Amino acid sequence: MLAVENVKKAFDEPGGSRLPILDVEELHLGVGEQAVLLGRSGCGKTTLLHVVAGISTPDSGEVRIDGLDITRLHEAERDRFRAETLGYIFQSFNLLPGFTALENVMLGMAFGRGRRDAGRARGLLQRVGLGQRERHRPSQLSVGEQQRVAVARALANRPRLLLADEPTASVDAKNQQQVIDLIRETCEEEEIALLLVTHAPEVAAQFERAVYLENLNKVAAQI
Amino acid sequence: MSLIAIAWRSLTQRALASALTGFSMALGVALVVAVLVTHHVVSDSFQRNAGLGYDVIVGAKGGKLQLVMNTVYHLSTPVENIPYSILHDLTEGKYKSYVAKATPYCLGDNYEGHRVVATVPDLFNDSEYAPGREYTFRTGRNFHPTGFFEGILGALTAERTGLKVGDTFRPTHGVSDDGQGHEHDAFTVVGVLDPTGTPNDRAIFINLEGFYLLEDHAKPVAVEHEDHEAGKRETSSVAAHEHHEMEGHEEHEHAPLPEDQRELTAILVRTSSPAASIRLPNLINEGALAQAVLPIREIGALFDVIVGPIEAVLLALTVLIVVVSGVGIMVSIYTSMSERRREIAVMRALGARRSTVRTIVLLESVLLSLTGGLTGWILGRLLIAALSPAIASRTGVVISFGHLVPAELALVPGLIFIAALAGYLPAMTAYRTDVAKALVSAP
Repeated sequence: MLAVENVKKAFDEPGGSRLPILDVEELHLGVGEQAVLLGRSGCGKTTLLHVVAGISTPDSGEVRIDGLDITRLHEAERDRFRAETLGYIFQSFNLLPGFTALENVMLGMAFGRGRRDAGRARGLLQRVGLGQRERHRPSQLSVGEQQRVAVARALANRPRLLLADEPTASVDAKNQQQVIDLIRETCEEEEIALLLVTHAPEVAAQFERAVYLENLNKVAAQI
Repeated sequence: MSLIAIAWRSLTQRALASALTGFSMALGVALVVAVLVTHHVVSDSFQRNAGLGYDVIVGAKGGKLQLVMNTVYHLSTPVENIPYSILHDLTEGKYKSYVAKATPYCLGDNYEGHRVVATVPDLFNDSEYAPGREYTFRTGRNFHPTGFFEGILGALTAERTGLKVGDTFRPTHGVSDDGQGHEHDAFTVVGVLDPTGTPNDRAIFINLEGFYLLEDHAKPVAVEHEDHEAGKRETSSVAAHEHHEMEGHEEHEHAPLPEDQRELTAILVRTSSPAASIRLPNLINEGALAQAVLPIREIGALFDVIVGPIEAVLLALTVLIVVVSGVGIMVSIYTSMSERRREIAVMRALGARRSTVRTIVLLESVLLSLTGGLTGWILGRLLIAALSPAIASRTGVVISFGHLVPAELALVPGLIFIAALAGYLPAMTAYRTDVAKALVSAP
């Protein structure tokens, strides 16, 4: 489902030199497969997610999703591909403050060609236990509730691959497990592949497959 | 969720800033609408009223524009009088072939500030005040040629004075209600005209014959009488009113004033042909007794020379106000962009294209501009409604809200154009947002 091969990425430094961040030789993920991505801070986990999501482009290498190399797509095509194929959960939720919970979820299906299905958005909110709070704004929700809205938003466009960047970093231990269960169960039910970044060992321990970026990333291994 | 809904949400998210920016646009547009509508309606009405029912105005030599203003629009003060014989010249004398209809006017009195126009019943019988529209009576009837002390009220006059058919009123000498003039004999209201949208709505029309019988309204004539004591004949001026009394007439007998004591303020002339409307003024102006003017030409010249440039300056100022409001929109949205970088990045991460976020920001600008602009349009109309009585009393033009001024139809596309310009810079900022950087930056 996902194949990352020979992906290299470096950033410009103020002195004009280039700082290598990613040098991943190979990473594969099957349909509906769930994996946790581990690694110390600054090893390039978020950058890898951005590259897989098509938000950033690698300097070289291929990122194939369902056989399509997204690095060869034009930016607008990558945007559409992302809108229709990927889901993304951010560490800090990134809900839009002026939008209600329902509107935030519907935003997840606003940019693709698919139907803007308010029924599905409501169904997802029911599923994450916020059916009665669809008209609430993020400021009126608890931290755990906000993250559940973010999960519902990431699933709104029926993605094939869900990328989650430390989704439990901002929630307490009780909510952490609820969020992880929610993400994993939903992905399982809808056969969505999941690549989840975490620093929490108790979260990583729940996954059958854990990928250590240091093992993949030659650059990180050298640092 | 549509892009418009997203844009609207972004605006309501910053409700206070959006409302203040929209309000500034509303004030600008309200001023533009007030200037546009008032100017259009007033100038249109002036130019339309200048030439309806008659082509030429004959009056005393002097200011041409003054003659037009006080005869047609009931503004300014009347020029001197002309001999009554000119009416005969026009209707049965040397100018007869050029004239289809001649209506005499005598001015000089008012009732509670409303001009009193002394004329003949014929004015309302066969005259159009607008194409295909003749005078009609809301109540009552036209005054009768022998009903010397009968009067008719314009619609606005009836409304303001509260007079109705059967009531009496006493005109005051002088064209303005300055409290200096003396009151004349009473006239009876026999009719109230339907609204015409012309200055005649705020006038009072009385029978010319009755006007002549009022004190100080007849031309002083030379009357011969003997000074018995001195034993010689002496000539002196005697006013018509006194002349009447000397001849033993009671006012209620309503004997017409002899023609040698009559004068006219103006004569409204409908010429027999377009060529006649050129020829007749030339012929009259060659003489020393009167002048003839083409009201359309005088009003046209007034607008070309004075009103047109003033309108241009006013329009430029008001457009400038709207442009400043547009800059306000740009500043408001642009300053919000720094705090919205992350929101834009989130939308991009959810699949929004660069062009999509640019469109959303442009839509915000358009929505803000249109909401403010349409609010301003309503405010402008309310402003006009508030000013309408003052405009009517100063110019005689009653502003009707029945139709849109053509320039108002350009309001929506104009606002969208301004919004597009105002939103361009912030939209391009959104377009260029680096998604990866914005997502990893501190919230």
